[in-house]
Amino acid sequence: MYNFDFEKPSTIADAVSAMAAEEAQALGGGQTLIPTLKQRLASPSKLVSLSGIAEMKGVCEADGGISVGGATTHATVAAEAGAYPALAALASNIGDPAVRNRGTIGGSLANNDPAACYPSAALASGATIETNSREIAADDYFQGMFTTALEEGEIITNVRFPIPEAASYQKFEQPASRFAMVGVFVAKYVDGVRVAVTGASEDGVFRWTEAEEALSGNFSADAVEGLSVSGDGMISDLHGSGDYRAHLVKVLTKRAVAAAS
Amino acid sequence: MANITMTVNGKSVSGEVEGRTLLVDFLRTDLRLTGTHVGCDTSQCGACTVHVDGIAVKSCTMLAAEADGADVSTIEGQANADGSLSAIQAAFQEHHGLQCGFCTPGMVMAAADLLKKNAKPTEAEVRHHLEGNICRCTGYHNIVKAIMAASGQDVSQLAAE
Ligand SMILES: Cc1cc2nc3c(=O)[nH]c(=O)nc-3n(C[C@H](O)[C@H](O)[C@H](O)COP(=O)(O)OP(=O)(O)OC[C@H]3O[C@@H](n4cnc5c(N)ncnc54)[C@H](O)[C@@H]3O)c2cc1C
Ligand code: FES
Ligand code: FES
Repeated sequence: MYNFDFEKPSTIADAVSAMAAEEAQALGGGQTLIPTLKQRLASPSKLVSLSGIAEMKGVCEADGGISVGGATTHATVAAEAGAYPALAALASNIGDPAVRNRGTIGGSLANNDPAACYPSAALASGATIETNSREIAADDYFQGMFTTALEEGEIITNVRFPIPEAASYQKFEQPASRFAMVGVFVAKYVDGVRVAVTGASEDGVFRWTEAEEALSGNFSADAVEGLSVSGDGMISDLHGSGDYRAHLVKVLTKRAVAAAS
Repeated sequence: MANITMTVNGKSVSGEVEGRTLLVDFLRTDLRLTGTHVGCDTSQCGACTVHVDGIAVKSCTMLAAEADGADVSTIEGQANADGSLSAIQAAFQEHHGLQCGFCTPGMVMAAADLLKKNAKPTEAEVRHHLEGNICRCTGYHNIVKAIMAASGQDVSQLAAE
């Protein structure tokens, strides 16, 4: 690891000022960033830890939705997001217990790993990503693998999820890393169904709109039976071909609909 | 360099660290507590598991500076006050829950974390909790058995493969 300065502010305002330094970078739980630093793939001048900012931690219910602080760990979401069971279940299956005890929702959404779990929940729920300076709709936030609408120095302070009538996240784990080989989040709202797919596409998380239309008319696993997903543009690697991932998208969507509660 | 202070296994300790110093390096190099192991460079093996303020973390994936002011416990603090093995450690010995022993400190710390939250876990719960702890020798069966036994459950029917 290259060396860097370390700062641990206790308010969002202080974190924003600390982030103004040249090459400063936010540190959430470090569960992605620290391994990256070990490989010398990043060389920040300063890490600004968000773990001491009380106003960015915890889960609360508000206006038919839940609000999760940007520095809330996966373990806390698993334990406290009971009002949105599919979200709590997703958090309880990220990585392993020690990763869940440190890793945060803000870090996961900022990183936007193409195989990460949270991006599918945010996109399928039509969540709102709040930063220190603005609010971003999930539909505008995800812009391809490891790419988001965040500007340099911008911090995710909070994420708001409207609670669906029924939802489920189904993850086909890549057994060595426990990331999603493919993961599908289905959420049924009064005004329609949203289906978000992670792990599969070379463009990162995406909405499977044909399935959304079919399911909005008939919320049953049979509704997607006749649809097909193309392997073009799907990730092909040693864990599975693009065609295999495309196949999993449909299988997992059906499972998610069947399991949605 | 920054000065940090924390409680490790009940004793107050301090030291000078760089921004990049990992908690595991502070424990092993500065404090000479070499029971906590480093088995990988990718945050996947769990050999480095310790407790920080009562929760299990991978000490290879946390900066020492992040643990400033925290209460840390490591494998060196697990034995009973009279020096005898803790119930979990004794069960690992009794049920042959280790071979080379490299993963064992992390396994014991992960087990202690589980049993604190869930005093009588099922076999499936033990296996789910150990997903971040890799063992290259035992095949896990006896580790699971040891943890079930340490929780006071009858393990005579568990597979002994
Ligand atoms: C063994 C292992 C298994 C894993 N398995 C899974 C899995 O199954 N599914 C899954 O989804 N993930 C998995 N992860 C990743 C894990 O969920 C990480 O916690 C997460 O991706 C990053 O969150 P973090 O808080 O640790 O962020 P960090 O590692 O601290 O930061 C990641 C990036 O986000 C930036 N950042 C952090 N917080 C914020 C913020 N609030 N605002 C703006 N930018 C920010 C950082 O600058 C950095 O660029 C796994 C990780 C490991 C080590
Ligand atoms: S050494 Fe920490 S996870 Fe492998
Ligand atoms: S006993 Fe050798 S790695 Fe587990």
